[in-house]
Amino acid sequence: MITPQIAVFLVLAAVIVAGALSLILQRHPIHSALSLVVVMVALAGLYLLQGAEFVAAVQVIVYAGAIMVVFVFVIMLLNAGEEERANVSRWARFVGVPLGAVFLVEVAYWIGRATAHLDPAPAEAVSTRDLSTLLFREYVFPFELTSFLILIALLGALVLARREESN
Amino acid sequence: MNAFAAAHPFLVVVLPKVVILLFVLLTALAYLTWFERKVVAHIQSRWGPYRVGPHGLMQPLADGLKFLFKEDVTPAAADKFTYFLAPFLALSLAITSIAVIPFGPKGLTIFGQATPMGITNLNIGLLVIFAITSMGVYGVALAGWSSNSKYPLLGGLRSSAQMISYELALTMSVVGVILMAGSFNLSEIVTSQQGFYWGYVPQWNLIGSPLPQVLGFFLFGVAAVAETNRAPFDLAEAESELVAGFHTEYASFKFAMFFMAEYSSMITVSCLATILFFGGWLSPFPQTRLFAWTHFIPAAAFALAGLALIVHGIRYITVWGRIVLPILGVVLCGLGIFCGQPGVIDLIQGPFWFLLKVLIFLFIYVWVRGTLPRFRYDQLMNFGWKVLLPLSIFNVVITSLAIVWTQR
Repeated sequence: MITPQIAVFLVLAAVIVAGALSLILQRHPIHSALSLVVVMVALAGLYLLQGAEFVAAVQVIVYAGAIMVVFVFVIMLLNAGEEERANVSRWARFVGVPLGAVFLVEVAYWIGRATAHLDPAPAEAVSTRDLSTLLFREYVFPFELTSFLILIALLGALVLARREESN
Repeated sequence: MNAFAAAHPFLVVVLPKVVILLFVLLTALAYLTWFERKVVAHIQSRWGPYRVGPHGLMQPLADGLKFLFKEDVTPAAADKFTYFLAPFLALSLAITSIAVIPFGPKGLTIFGQATPMGITNLNIGLLVIFAITSMGVYGVALAGWSSNSKYPLLGGLRSSAQMISYELALTMSVVGVILMAGSFNLSEIVTSQQGFYWGYVPQWNLIGSPLPQVLGFFLFGVAAVAETNRAPFDLAEAESELVAGFHTEYASFKFAMFFMAEYSSMITVSCLATILFFGGWLSPFPQTRLFAWTHFIPAAAFALAGLALIVHGIRYITVWGRIVLPILGVVLCGLGIFCGQPGVIDLIQGPFWFLLKVLIFLFIYVWVRGTLPRFRYDQLMNFGWKVLLPLSIFNVVITSLAIVWTQR
């Protein structure tokens, strides 16, 4: 039985998989980055399907609209050219490819087992108010800790980038 | 018909709304170019478009036809797919954001189906708009990169850096309003601004309680002008340095699409400013007996504009104008009389005040462009990061403090 939800899910899933494949197979960095944008936006669609509207909007604003824009910006700034395609080395051909296949099957098997008996998601949408109450009341310590961590990472990146200048 | 509408609400209600809004929006875009050229011309003591139709009223149509019939040149070294994608991305994203704008209060009923004025009413309307505008950078960046030419690349880099920087200030500047309304829903933000001080002064967010968002409004205004790449922040197309910036290599209708995207985002931003700070569709007059006559301002405005057009039109220079302008005036008069009917006058209140406010903001946009010189690039970056962003954070802090203080 294909309900509209399942149909939308299938379309989005197909877009995500196609985008992810295109991300790996494209030869130009900009095209890869754009494929990743497609994946991010389609993921937002999946969140929306689950009724998580706030998460969906934030997914687009932060990942597709901010992080990926910076990726594209840096690629443009460096004017990176097309990747050269090297032949697959012997090691990669005889060890890497089989191992990759084994890993893929393994992951698929475990995901399939773990999600075989899941309860369906609650039907009603999670309101932004509930989410923020949870975030700023119950989980305020981990929340602040995370933001602090990100701030430290930011400063670290600045220090590393500035070091060349001082020398 | 009502049964059919109940069975297929999408076909009967949503689809016609989308088609009508698109038609109105595209016409408005076309005439916005005319409006801008006229206003800038008068600021500079010129006449502006005057030859194509009376007062140049057919100029947008002529421009559109010209764009359609121009040769569409694609640079040989361009990255074809991205080169074609960029204008589509720019225009479609810019137009999409209009979908969540509420043009009036709830209460539109089509064939027994209650529906909001505007295409949809989302709980996260404001976030959706920011999501769409944040994606808008791609149009500019990709256009600059894919043309494979130096000026577009530099222009694209500049404007994407500018849009990334000012997006932060833009988003932070509206947090104060969100805190005061307690909602991301644009309709709820408008209804939270109902009420009058001492019975006369509207409690719009600009002067609302607990903290007037004057600072927030100015931050929003500046950041919005920068975000839409308009003068004085139009460094993306600083013609003395960069030819035409990111769309140098675009010709024909692809160029027109960038142009339409820019005007469309101007309209979106004006709508947002109206909704967030100026009470959206709310009338500036209280609904008391003293001000009962203000209920008929929309009808009177149309009728008066029509009369003025007739009086002016019969003395116009060209014969064609002496025919067309009075006819337009009669149509406007008729519209005014039609709007004065009891059922229609209630329906038209919201959209009238809303569009009037939006028009004022569009005028300010053009006014600013006609008045201020362009910023230098380092001034622009310094201003965005060192003035706008800290001030917008400060605005968030003091607004939250004021809310906590009054709620104790």
